[in-house]
Amino acid sequence: MVFQKRISRGDFLRTMGVGAVAGSTLSVLACQPNTTAQSSGGGGSGPEEKALNLYNWSDYVAKSTIPDFQKQTGIEVTQDFFSSNEELLAKLQAGGTGYDVIVPSDYMVTIMIKSDILEPLDMSKIPNFENVGKNYKGLAYDPKNEYSLPYQWGTTGILYNKKELGTLDPSWDPMWDPANKGMIGMLNDERETPGAALYKLGYSVNATEKEQLDEAEAELKKQKPLLRGYFDSTQNRPSVINGDLLLGHVFSGDAFLALSSNEDLDFVIPEPAATRWTDNMCIPKGAEHPDNAHKFINYILGAKTGAELSNYTYYNTPNEASLPMINDALKNLPGYELEPAVFDRLQIIEDVGRATREYSTLFTSVKSS
Amino acid sequence: MGKGRGWTLRLAGLLSPVTIWLGLFFLVPLLLILAYSFGKSGIYGGITLGFYPGNYLKVFDPLYIEIIGRTLVIAVLNTLLCLLIGYPLAYFITFKGGRHKNTLILLVMIPFWTSLLLRAYAWVVILGGDNGIANRILQFLHLTDHPLTLIFTPQAVIMGMVYSYLPFMILPLYAALEKFDWRLKEAAQDLGASRWHTFWRVTFPLSLPGVIAGSILVFIPSAGEFVIPNLLGGARTVMVGNLIQQQFLQARDWAFGSALAVMLAVLLVGAIMFYVRRVGADKLEEV
Repeated sequence: MVFQKRISRGDFLRTMGVGAVAGSTLSVLACQPNTTAQSSGGGGSGPEEKALNLYNWSDYVAKSTIPDFQKQTGIEVTQDFFSSNEELLAKLQAGGTGYDVIVPSDYMVTIMIKSDILEPLDMSKIPNFENVGKNYKGLAYDPKNEYSLPYQWGTTGILYNKKELGTLDPSWDPMWDPANKGMIGMLNDERETPGAALYKLGYSVNATEKEQLDEAEAELKKQKPLLRGYFDSTQNRPSVINGDLLLGHVFSGDAFLALSSNEDLDFVIPEPAATRWTDNMCIPKGAEHPDNAHKFINYILGAKTGAELSNYTYYNTPNEASLPMINDALKNLPGYELEPAVFDRLQIIEDVGRATREYSTLFTSVKSS
Repeated sequence: MGKGRGWTLRLAGLLSPVTIWLGLFFLVPLLLILAYSFGKSGIYGGITLGFYPGNYLKVFDPLYIEIIGRTLVIAVLNTLLCLLIGYPLAYFITFKGGRHKNTLILLVMIPFWTSLLLRAYAWVVILGGDNGIANRILQFLHLTDHPLTLIFTPQAVIMGMVYSYLPFMILPLYAALEKFDWRLKEAAQDLGASRWHTFWRVTFPLSLPGVIAGSILVFIPSAGEFVIPNLLGGARTVMVGNLIQQQFLQARDWAFGSALAVMLAVLLVGAIMFYVRRVGADKLEEV
């Protein structure tokens, strides 16, 4: 799925990231990372050199995260960025990347486990594991957390103009309402948008039955004439803010950024269901600094680090110990802290194997209808 | 003889960088795509080489044929619009530009100093919003009394494409017109040809090499365009470029993506051969 999920903080430079995805199509396999020092120290015997190569979504660490880690451990962190899970996968499959910690989303963790490119985690080196809330571990994509620990999580819902539309009921119907014609933006994502149709129909976001997918396709074809278009979450946010759209299908971090600067807007997580996603820290096979990688993962799961991350990214923390330190301004936004009843109806997008291509064809067929 | 061989060696030496460069970075990737297009995609990306013509059969699915057809229509439209707008401008710069000629040509090239992506985003900012720059200007000039829907429309896509590719049309046209011999024009007029006649029978045919080169330079990249439909069109229109990108980055079907890329290349080569044959290959050599 996903063209770049988590590039969320505002402004122009940020938005550039979105396009860079497009631009990077042809460079999927190109480029080695800017790993600086990785000649020695690998292998496992003896102490590692003080280096760590992190491969992350862009702008996904707080300003203090990496400097503080370097201060505490003396380990020098080199960070590279990817803009889609598929780009991350392609690079790892090409091999020899030299990365020690990567941050794939939920369904991609499954794919990486199945492709045998992840190193199992050594929990004895990650005592902060106990900070992870029960809702964020043991998830279907890695049931025993053998390979992954959560980094940040969020939801996908509707950012809308409350001043124009009034307060909306939690439902997908406004995205199909002819009254909003031309003012709706859906995600340009072949799992999230078919997913919205599946939710609306009361099906699972991971449906693979042909009848259900056909129904979802029909639903989306019905919706298309009402849409302004299919966009990245980072495009929908400014469009809703400046009035080009009344409703935008967005990731929660984009919604919270918009809400914190504009009182006319609101964010709703529709019934009967919506997506929640998790980004995870993993160690790829062949990492040269596995000890440092474990130290880093443990550091991220620290109470203070976790809170700083979320206060910067505007996404949710899986870290229970961090919760008391989340800024009140963020906590008070609608949809940030979820009632258990709301949380329980969220679904996780899973890898659907071969059916991935069914989703792709479905979405193409809708877009060219 | 000795002299001849020395010359051959020197030529080989001079040509080796370009041969190696094109071989490594053009021919090898192209062959790789060709090999991939007959391969079989793994569920999780990656590819098994072999001979699976199924990828090509899939291209002929009506869904994809429609997308390819639409792409070609958009590319032709873009080329015609660029020609229609670019020709008068190139003509004006060449014949009326006088001592400002170089400055004017520089102005045509200046957009290249910034990334296409940045310029596309600039258009999003200009066209977007009821209170956006374009809408404010239109209302200030009393051309409209209510905000217009300018961004995320098919018109915005065409506008964005013409904007992006126009310089590729103007520069070869300018190069062709620049070489134009004024005396031919005078001769035509002395012989009683009207201005229209002079242009149509003398100037335009002599500028054909520029027209051909410009059209090809605009047509090929427009047929592979995928950024502008997404950024300015709201991804409502799928072009082949989008489809190929999607196969590699989302559907993880590299084999089908490669088959689409090969088909697009074959179509483009075919279209260009047809075009050049119609207007004459000799014209192209003059560029």
